[in-house]
Amino acid sequence: MSTMDQPDIAKSDAGSPGSGSTVPVMLEMKGITKRFPGVLANSGVDLDVREGEVHTLLGENGAGKSTLMKILFGLYRPDEGEVLYRGEKLVITSPSEAIDAGIGMVHQHFMLVPTLTVAENVALGLKSSRGVLTDLAAVSKRITEISEAHGLHVDPAVEVWRLSVGERQRVEIIKALYRNAKLLVLDEPTAVLTPQEVDDLFVILRRMTAEGRGLIFISHKLHEVMALSDRITVLRNGRVTGQTVPAETSREQLAEMMVGRAVKLTPDRPPVDAGVPRLVIRDLRVSGDRGTGAVEGVDLDVCGGEIVGIAGVSGNGQRELAEAVAGLRPTQAGSHIMLNDTDIARCDTRTRRDLGLGYVSEERMTDGAIAEFSVRENLILVDHGAEKFTKRGLLNFKAIREQSEALVKRFAVKTPSIDTPAASLSGGNIQKVILARELSAEPTVMVVAQPTRGVDIGSAEYIHSQLIAQRGVGTATLLIPEDLDEVIGLSDRIAVMFEGKVVAVIPSEEAERDKIGLLMAGVFDDESDEPAEVVAEP
Amino acid sequence: MSQFFTLSVIVSVVASGIRLATPYLLASLGETIGQRSGVLNLGVDGTMVLAAFAAYYTALKLDNLWLAVFVAFLVGLLIGVIYALITVSLHAAQGISGIGIFLFGLGFSDLLFQVWVGTPLPIPSKLPPLGIPGLSSIPQLGDALFRHNLMTYGAFLLVPVVIFLLQKTTFGMNVRAVGENPQAADSLGVSVERTRVVAILLGSSAAGLAGAALVLQGGIFQANLTNGLGFIAVAIVYFGAWRPLGAMAGSLLYGVVNAIVLQLKAQGTIPRSASDLAAMAPAVITILALVFLAGRVKAPAALTKPFTRH
Ligand SMILES: Nc1ncnc2c1ncn2[C@@H]1O[C@H](COP(=O)(O)OP(=O)(O)OP(=O)(O)O)[C@@H](O)[C@H]1O
Ligand SMILES: [Mg+2]
Repeated sequence: MSTMDQPDIAKSDAGSPGSGSTVPVMLEMKGITKRFPGVLANSGVDLDVREGEVHTLLGENGAGKSTLMKILFGLYRPDEGEVLYRGEKLVITSPSEAIDAGIGMVHQHFMLVPTLTVAENVALGLKSSRGVLTDLAAVSKRITEISEAHGLHVDPAVEVWRLSVGERQRVEIIKALYRNAKLLVLDEPTAVLTPQEVDDLFVILRRMTAEGRGLIFISHKLHEVMALSDRITVLRNGRVTGQTVPAETSREQLAEMMVGRAVKLTPDRPPVDAGVPRLVIRDLRVSGDRGTGAVEGVDLDVCGGEIVGIAGVSGNGQRELAEAVAGLRPTQAGSHIMLNDTDIARCDTRTRRDLGLGYVSEERMTDGAIAEFSVRENLILVDHGAEKFTKRGLLNFKAIREQSEALVKRFAVKTPSIDTPAASLSGGNIQKVILARELSAEPTVMVVAQPTRGVDIGSAEYIHSQLIAQRGVGTATLLIPEDLDEVIGLSDRIAVMFEGKVVAVIPSEEAERDKIGLLMAGVFDDESDEPAEVVAEP
Repeated sequence: MSQFFTLSVIVSVVASGIRLATPYLLASLGETIGQRSGVLNLGVDGTMVLAAFAAYYTALKLDNLWLAVFVAFLVGLLIGVIYALITVSLHAAQGISGIGIFLFGLGFSDLLFQVWVGTPLPIPSKLPPLGIPGLSSIPQLGDALFRHNLMTYGAFLLVPVVIFLLQKTTFGMNVRAVGENPQAADSLGVSVERTRVVAILLGSSAAGLAGAALVLQGGIFQANLTNGLGFIAVAIVYFGAWRPLGAMAGSLLYGVVNAIVLQLKAQGTIPRSASDLAAMAPAVITILALVFLAGRVKAPAALTKPFTRH
């Protein structure tokens, strides 16, 4: 399931240790400094990329990785420093200049127009061979050639909103290849992909380096970094803190370079006595986005002091299950969701919250936070009506400030102030704001989707420890995890979902990666054609 | 009521409905282009009334209808330049800027009218109806559909032209992209500013033409001639789900309902003094239509959002 297990991908020799490499340097960024109000995002950063090499940028949330790449792509102007491309000084003031210089970028948040077709998205900004008319037929033909040459399969005529996340990623790469990018930046390209899609992506990326293209790769997943990189540069607080190659380091060492202290990669989970069932799901049926059944008759219990993780290849109903419990998606008739003995299947979200439900959404920017609101406002979004924050209908700003300051401190949110808009925080820090808000409401039942997606190692460790601390005080947690490592590391029991059904529930002591992997892929015990019912009573 | 359902009355209602739809159609087609690029222009009504005065004054003094149309077009273009400067280059909020344009057009047109004309005089000649040879002699149908003035024909011919522009040209593709995700368009080197400026100029010029159609069909100018027509044109864009064909359907609906109300007044079914009824009836229909359409169609995602890069 994980990219760690895949056969070694051939690496270029560009990054071989020792500086004696003869492979030409494509790009040099020298002494780059960039300030935002209250933040020094980059400070004297040096970075170089050789032909045919994968150079990984590693760093905590807010370390300045995306900022550095946006400078390279002409989206931000650096305050100091210069960029050399094949030895010549390059001044990039807009993305089109970067594109002309042969630099392509796959952004952390996709840069696609959902209402346009794949071909239109690729053709945007290019000169048309038919003058003022679009030449989509020719563009589509070229797209097909590129996709065949690189194994990037996607239909040029389809509108982008219909595509899966993995397919959208391919469109982004096609966009860069179509413009003949010699240097491609991939900012957290794997954060939203399934393990299988990650494996496919890596094969594609290696094909590109074999052609002599240089890649800058950003990821928080250390096993990916170890598997793909030729060289690794670590950033902390906007500064380069080290450079290494995979052969000379380990995941533990990388984590320490990033965070500046030793990090536990697998969480400690002290035994807790499971309490009474707090979340009881019976015969839950939910429709997916396209109207077809996404969850088809799920029964599941989560007890106080217990974390139940859902394992499954994404798209097998996990997201819909979480949204149904949270109240963001209607359930079909006959479904029951008992929250502390009250059936909430038909209740609105306010009632669910009042009954003790907390929810950390997978869609941070749309469902979890209001981007234009400040960190402080986002922190009290749910509780702003509560007694401690209001006096006769007016907000009590003093209490709110105190609470916000405390939460920002406790969750180590990296922000210039609590009045900064959430939109200008780095991805991982927005996630911490949401988690801080949800946990501070002291829920008795939590639904947590992808809590560490895009979150750095140090913060992930902290988020994990917070979830385990909640478990210690008797909270029932339903977890839709980022990957198999997370689900195995955190859960007391693991429910495997396949095609909208829970096909097995396995206590964590009996959890084996291979067995779970097979169940996730829909391979059940041979004796019966029914899924193996390994139902363990809590 | 009975005298309403005679063939000749129906033919004349349809004919005048199409004629009355012309200013709505011109204005809403233009606004459709602007909104698809992400720019809401609430100043349409002000642009129309100022352009209408310009056309009226030209026709009154020079008795040249085509020159009058051209002058109205130029007024629309000029206001477009101002609006583009305010909203695109200076990143001002679109809602309030449009209301500013509206108030300016309303006040300035009245001022010029008072100073230069004073008492309302009809223009020497209005836009003449032109029968399309052959088609206009079809009984009933010919009178209803094929005996209109050139601006009416032109407005309806613009519908396929705008569809083609939006769907088949690189400019149209850029318009759709910057209205939906300007960051993405920008990251590929599409100039968000230039695209929006051109879309605003097209839309505002179309509003100028709409003003000309209104005054040259009616033949006379008065203060606040448009009486909210430009705002209805903005509503028609929503009603039409940001599609040119939708704008055409909405404009026809308004034109025909207006024609029916006029007919009912002419035959005394409803009192002549109920002047607001003509404005109210279609507005109610629009609100019902918008409620029905809510959630079914999506506005351009970046509508009303100014674009800046750091
Ligand atoms: N447009 C902006 N305005 C103000 N501050 C910003 C802006 N963009 C980034 N920052 C700040 O600059 C710092 C670096 O952010 P950046 O997005 O580069 O981090 P990152 O390393 O990519 O983090 P992540 O792993 O979370 O994506 C952060 O403190 C962030 O809050
Ligand atoms: Mg980033």
